[in-house]
Amino acid sequence: MQLEELVVQFKNKNVKAFESLYEMYNDSVSGVIFNIVRDKELAQEVTQDVFIKAWNNADTYSAKKGRFFTWIINIARNAAIDKTRSKNFKNNSKNLDANIFVDILETHDSLDNSTDAIGIKNFVGKLKDTCKKLIELLYFKGFTQKEASENLEIPLGTVKTRNRNCLNELRVMLK
Amino acid sequence: MDKNEHIQSGILELYVAGALSDKENEQVYQLIQDHPEILNEIKEIEKTISVLTASVAPKETDTSFKNILIKLVQDRERPSKVIPIQKPKNNWVTYTGWAASILIGSTLLFNIINNNTLNDQLAEEKQQFEEQLDKANSSLAENEKLLTVIRDKDIVTIPLAGQNVSPESYAKVYWNKNSKTIYLDVKGLPDPPEGKVYQVWSLKLNPLTPTSLGTIDGFLADANKIFNIDNPNDSQAFGITLEPAGGSESPTMDQLYTLGAV
Repeated sequence: MQLEELVVQFKNKNVKAFESLYEMYNDSVSGVIFNIVRDKELAQEVTQDVFIKAWNNADTYSAKKGRFFTWIINIARNAAIDKTRSKNFKNNSKNLDANIFVDILETHDSLDNSTDAIGIKNFVGKLKDTCKKLIELLYFKGFTQKEASENLEIPLGTVKTRNRNCLNELRVMLK
Repeated sequence: MDKNEHIQSGILELYVAGALSDKENEQVYQLIQDHPEILNEIKEIEKTISVLTASVAPKETDTSFKNILIKLVQDRERPSKVIPIQKPKNNWVTYTGWAASILIGSTLLFNIINNNTLNDQLAEEKQQFEEQLDKANSSLAENEKLLTVIRDKDIVTIPLAGQNVSPESYAKVYWNKNSKTIYLDVKGLPDPPEGKVYQVWSLKLNPLTPTSLGTIDGFLADANKIFNIDNPNDSQAFGITLEPAGGSESPTMDQLYTLGAV
């Protein structure tokens, strides 16, 4: 089934379609969440909650507003950030804000020596620091173009072009 | 702008990030409708970001979809939030007064009765020990039979965890798919109240279809609380609910005591 068809079926509460979408995006959702909460068990719990929330609110998704991927990643970021603000959240890492996704790639267990994992680690390692930071803000933290521009103190238009250049480098490497 | 200019501008990357305004999102949506190349470009970007974000996911976690289905089932049985009624504040002076007098009274009484009953008690205990020994001998044979069942290589063990209505409860299913039978160990369930009976369900999760495996009628009488039940179903999970005597057509979800997936 095509993605568009899956999403339509998902909105019609078809569990099979839900399962397919889960298999497609579960890792991405859990990666975004883990990058924010930095706790394995908590990340797993929030990931499950996010998919259940998506299922329960499937009718609120509209292709006109954006991609399904964008929609669910957005739910994931918000759920993870909510979690870090809840009073039960133990802030294990003292400077959670200073962490970016690259740290996780660097500290991933050496047990996981699949070529994919090593590949991505190397590719991301080759990116310029400005790229890493920009990708972190836009994709992992959900900053808007304007927020990213203010945070990095670069013009609005530069956010757009620089981000494209950064992703292009990654795309070439991932090919 | 022609479509290549749009692609080069970097707006599609921000579209996938969700970093654009509502108005810009609508513009991109319109572009997608008009140019299939734009959709392809977006899919490529999405793929890159999805690989990148997935690479950060924690490793070695149980990510099976089954967990989501179980949570959905649990959510369904979760009753809406109820605000507990405030307990009236007790006057502790009255209560401690009562407690003290009851304690003194019963200590006196106990001392009087104690001597008389001590002898009786000893005799009774001896009797009980003998009975227990007798039971142990006969149940030893039974236990050995159960042990061979549990150790059989064709047996799948499924722990059933306590649910909202009774979080402390637990049960275990030993399922022999070849002989199409289960051994159900329900030692971890409380005695059912009068007029109620536990009912066992085989569940298919997708979509959720329960099939009754029958009620546990001899619950109170059975000592080891292990029951042998036929199960011809291709079960994905097992659940136990508390139902009115005689059982029900379909499970009463808010009386779901234990649940476990295969």
